[in-house]
Amino acid sequence: MANFPQTGLAKDEAVLVAEAKAGSYDAFEDLVNRYEKKIYRLGLNLTGNPEDAEDMLQETFLKAFEHLSDFREDSRFYTWIVRIAINQGLMKLRKRRSSKEVQIEDGENDDGEVIPRDFADWRPNPEQELQRTELETILQDAAHSLPMTFRTVFFLRDVEGLSTEETAELLNLSEGAVKARLFRARLRLREELSKILKRG
Amino acid sequence: MKCKDALQQLTGYLDGNVDEELKHMLEVHLKCCHHCQVVYDTTKKTIELYCDGKLFPLPNRVRERLHEALRAKWDARSKS
Repeated sequence: MANFPQTGLAKDEAVLVAEAKAGSYDAFEDLVNRYEKKIYRLGLNLTGNPEDAEDMLQETFLKAFEHLSDFREDSRFYTWIVRIAINQGLMKLRKRRSSKEVQIEDGENDDGEVIPRDFADWRPNPEQELQRTELETILQDAAHSLPMTFRTVFFLRDVEGLSTEETAELLNLSEGAVKARLFRARLRLREELSKILKRG
Repeated sequence: MKCKDALQQLTGYLDGNVDEELKHMLEVHLKCCHHCQVVYDTTKKTIELYCDGKLFPLPNRVRERLHEALRAKWDARSKS
């Protein structure tokens, strides 16, 4: 596994992990507090369902608690948590849909050309013009028009801030495949959102 | 630079992963090509909207349920 750079945040995190492993609930809760919002959002974005996102959040941290002693600290704690969350999210989706829909490798070609079709400017501040829940629905609908593999790469890279290397390792993809899917996901999401957010 | 080439470099440009020469060529192209400028601006806005921390908040009820479950699990392990 790759060695990721140790930032100030990662050092604090390493101390918390060591304390939690030694039996400090406060340290473990501090780690949960740090990432619970991100994991819940990831769950909503992956599953598109608040109940599934809640279950995914709970199962992720319960599993993290059960297997904390197995965490080898050769990646960030957050990356380890995200790996558990992705597995939980995929299991949720498989229960609800056919397994073909939720495989990370869903057979869509990375090499096909993505051609933008909508060149209209958007309203300048959709987040101020629209109700929060309305905007959330628009974003979720757009995300769920993408194959699972594309939206997973988009959310891990662009929203959760994982590196290309971390994303590739988590999803068992090559770095080239992550870059290609990110490119296609960004443009396809843009195209979907343009239908709704363009001026006039 | 042609639009097709600019588009291929768009994602690297958004990430700040293009060299200075390519960055300059892209910026010259974006200044004179409205379509590519719109694609660049709206792709950037797409990412910003999904990253907006005010969206998809964690409900208090969900958070409380999580912490209760974790505390119960921790206490049960401590007793065993």
